Amino acid sequence: MSTAALPLRNEAQNLDRGKVGLVCLLLTEIALFSIFVTAYLFFIGKSPTGPYPADVLTLPVWATICLLSSSLTIELAVRGLKSGAMGRFQLWMGLTILLGAEFLRQTGIEWNKLINKDGLTIATNVFGTTYYSLVGLHASHVIIGLTLLLLVFLFGLRIPLQKYEHRIELLGWYWHFVDVVWIVVFTVVYVIGR
Amino acid sequence: MDLKFRLPCGLVLSAALMSAEPMHAIGNIFKPLGTPAERVADLSILTLVICAAVFLIVASLLAYAVIRFGYREGDSRSEPPQVYGSNQVEIAWTVIPILIVFVLSMSAARVTSAVQDQKMPQDALNITVIGHQWWWEFRYPDQKIVTANEFHVPLSTEALHKLTHLTLLSADVAHGFWIPQLAGKTDVIPNRTNTMWIDPKEPGVYLGNCSEYCGTQHAKMELRIVVDTPEDFQKWVTAQQAKAVPASPENQRAFLTGTCFACHTITGSPAMGKLGPDLTHLMDRQTILAAEVPNNAANLRDWIQDPQRLKPGNKMPKVKLTDKQLDQIVAYLTTLK
Amino acid sequence: MASVPYTLDDVHGKSSSYSWERFVREWIITVDHKQLGLMYIIIALLFFVASGLQAAVIRIQLMVPDNHFISPQTFNRMFTMHGTTMVFFVGMPFIAGLANYLIPLMIGARDMAFPRLNALGFWLSLFGGLLLYSSYFAWAGTAGTMNAPDVGWFAYAPLTEKAFSPGTSTDFWILSILMSSIGSTITAVNILATALCMRTTGMTLSRMPLFVWMYCVVAFQILVALPPLTAAQIMLLLDRFLGAHFFDTRASGDAVLWQHFFWLFGHPEVYILIIPGFACVTEIIPVFSRKPIFGRAAMIGASVSIGLISLGVWAHHMFTVGMPSAANIFFTIATLLVGVPTGIKIFNWMATMWGGRIRFDVPMMFCVAFLFQFLLAGLTGIMLGVAPFDWQLGDSYFVVAHFHYTLIGGLLMTLFAAIYYWFPKATGRMLDETMGKWHFWLLIIGFHVTFDPLHFAGLLGMPRRIYTYPTGRGWDGFNWISTWGVPIQAAGILIFVLNVLYALFKGKKAGNDPWDAWTLEWATTSPPPEYNFAVAPVVRSSRPLWDVKHPEDPDWKYEHA
Repeated sequence: MSTAALPLRNEAQNLDRGKVGLVCLLLTEIALFSIFVTAYLFFIGKSPTGPYPADVLTLPVWATICLLSSSLTIELAVRGLKSGAMGRFQLWMGLTILLGAEFLRQTGIEWNKLINKDGLTIATNVFGTTYYSLVGLHASHVIIGLTLLLLVFLFGLRIPLQKYEHRIELLGWYWHFVDVVWIVVFTVVYVIGR
Repeated sequence: MDLKFRLPCGLVLSAALMSAEPMHAIGNIFKPLGTPAERVADLSILTLVICAAVFLIVASLLAYAVIRFGYREGDSRSEPPQVYGSNQVEIAWTVIPILIVFVLSMSAARVTSAVQDQKMPQDALNITVIGHQWWWEFRYPDQKIVTANEFHVPLSTEALHKLTHLTLLSADVAHGFWIPQLAGKTDVIPNRTNTMWIDPKEPGVYLGNCSEYCGTQHAKMELRIVVDTPEDFQKWVTAQQAKAVPASPENQRAFLTGTCFACHTITGSPAMGKLGPDLTHLMDRQTILAAEVPNNAANLRDWIQDPQRLKPGNKMPKVKLTDKQLDQIVAYLTTLK
Repeated sequence: MASVPYTLDDVHGKSSSYSWERFVREWIITVDHKQLGLMYIIIALLFFVASGLQAAVIRIQLMVPDNHFISPQTFNRMFTMHGTTMVFFVGMPFIAGLANYLIPLMIGARDMAFPRLNALGFWLSLFGGLLLYSSYFAWAGTAGTMNAPDVGWFAYAPLTEKAFSPGTSTDFWILSILMSSIGSTITAVNILATALCMRTTGMTLSRMPLFVWMYCVVAFQILVALPPLTAAQIMLLLDRFLGAHFFDTRASGDAVLWQHFFWLFGHPEVYILIIPGFACVTEIIPVFSRKPIFGRAAMIGASVSIGLISLGVWAHHMFTVGMPSAANIFFTIATLLVGVPTGIKIFNWMATMWGGRIRFDVPMMFCVAFLFQFLLAGLTGIMLGVAPFDWQLGDSYFVVAHFHYTLIGGLLMTLFAAIYYWFPKATGRMLDETMGKWHFWLLIIGFHVTFDPLHFAGLLGMPRRIYTYPTGRGWDGFNWISTWGVPIQAAGILIFVLNVLYALFKGKKAGNDPWDAWTLEWATTSPPPEYNFAVAPVVRSSRPLWDVKHPEDPDWKYEHA
């Protein structure tokens, strides 16, 4: 059955390169996080001396609420941008940044307690090693995301951002990814590992 | 290596050949002399035969294609028939390789299990092998012997099956234990206990090597296993269990001044260091330095005088000694039979 | 022709004389995929020469027993740098260069999807290589001067921990590869985005050249397989600098964990290196056999299968580590299985040649050599995949012989085939056939003289990575013969370099389509203008130029969507 009679496929049927690019990036990041998660799971119970997870870790409920709701707020921001409501966009964007910053602040508080009160550092035992590296890897991705969100917010104060709607939507996807990774990290570190 | 060392090496080898102890210096994996190596060799030959057959068939077809279908002057200049594919052919050359994979996998699975999951009999000889940068330590927990670089095991015969069970530990980095004619290699990894077993079927000296890159002198970390008849093995064990010959006072003093005791153990003497090879029965060994350096007074002297010359990068420090002290230490060492 | 802008010089109205401005525009700030592709290939060739010299030194040291040509420390740095350079700074840039140059042309696009990102990837890759080689000039660490890394290209733990590798040499290894990995990831993202989003009118995925298909598989593998290495290296850095204990066996760290992570990367990596070679011969063999590739769908299926299965065979590099027998058996089966699609491809290439009218120009000669040698290499790979056989062969010179067979006998042959085939397109000039044939034969003969004997040294118990060996172990003769292959191969490479230099200035003019080929890159000028195609091509089949040249018998009559 030859293809002679079929209509020619045109460029409009190509996928969008921004989306493909971001999906590729997320795929590779998932692979990266998977290795750190694997290492974490591997070393559970293998620390010969404390502090142990059950002794020093408490569920970071507030931080998680902040981070996960920031996914909601950024979604609202992107919707506002798409419908041209710049005020709404800036509002929800600002809220997203505050929620993300609060997540980081909570991480900082937790680490301060772990280091100074509990005596757990990356060098203390393999629990410390895997804990700080996995949570730290995630936190570094939050920092990158927050930096980009902040830049967009600041630009938005001076420049009409509608024509970058597509890119900002992709930034939103990245932020959702960061939140999904947190769900995995939370489960592995604070639920399974404790 | 200068002539000074090469000649003695050859002499050591030929001396061994002429002596009662046959020398298995060439680790030919197709000349196995123990059960694990035999099982592996049989499977290897099967694999080789299958691969050779595949190669001959495919390479012949390729050669035929190259010869038959080359463009020659005078051939038609038009394009040959444009063939796009054939489902039957694709299926055929998918199914046949999968069948070959199945056969090979099943054979491999049998041998893998047979070697790895072999149960150790009660009377197996237990040896703990500890890999160091760049020498081997051997401990016989049941016989309470410690030696280094060269070790003895009893022969295994049809009548008297004698397995030797090796527990592999590392004191520092990853090493590999490989004596090709006796068994495949097993890595020696810190913070991990690996085990393997051998049952040498012919007496003699077998050579092997460290098979995992472990730093500067990985090349000079040879293994030397001496397979004795049961009687000879018992004699060796008894000799090893004896305390060291006591030193004369001057030699002892030299030994202490040279700080040798800080790293080496000589049972029955004050020397109880654990960082270097046990020297209690040093002269029992044919070679030193875990390499083909014959064990004699001259080489011992050269070694102690400057360890970096014979084995650059190794961890034995150079101790400042006078000629007299050197002579006394070597004299002491050569009494340690 | 002046009415249609041909090069940027026509656009800017400059003469063809060189100026600093033009140099910076063409070589420093360029984002053009063709220019970047050529730059990738040039740095690959430069690192190839450097690494080849290291190999020559290694072979001289091993020529006779108990040799003192270089010290053990120097030797250990040589083989570490040789392996690291060849994999990360020859192999990866070369395949990135081919991808960047050819993919847009083959799909009728103007450039890659992300041109500036492309440039970033190139400069990161180059910088990584320079960083690695700057280790030779680093100040003296506690491990001595000339601080090149000496831990082997796969840097097993805990040898790489600070306790056993003090000084900075290992850190050079880690950081340069991290840089290279970012560059490779960028290339992978670009390849997928370009292939999925920038195809010209009419080019459905099933009409996309197999070269591009295979590179999509490679890109997917890069995205999934490089992170384990990156992760392991970050963990090693944390161990070395912040006192972490991932691989620190003296504090409950695990040495085998490094091996798992490394080989999770390392095995797909060798497919990442060889599949582009497959991609090249898949385009070249049909053209010189004058027939379409046999079994297009099977080739796509086989490539995707290899891409996926290769992610699940990594522990065949760890058969001696002491895994339980069930694990060893699983990895044996998986490894043998991945040989099946590879075999399918070899059969399809042969079937393409079968019944053809084969022209043995230099590109095709390299393809035929590839077929013979890769067949052998694949079979020694099967031997290594059988776990008990690997207990003897692993970590010996048999493995060294095997992977040089796949990389030189396989990959390098395809890269030279690609150069001879596409050099006319990139430069507008043909490489000289006679010099090409001298290059070919000297390389083949030298390659076999060096690597055939090494199989036997391995079978007789010679371990790898030893700076010397004593006489009387049965290894002397094989090593002596092996070293004689070095000057022969070097002569071949020298002739190739001279050929390139000669052709750049005096080569025969090539025209658009010197080989009478069928894919889109041959539809534009040689070299192509910066914008590639003045009018976006429209395709109806997987061989658009065949349809143009044979309107009476076009491919779209036989292809199924």
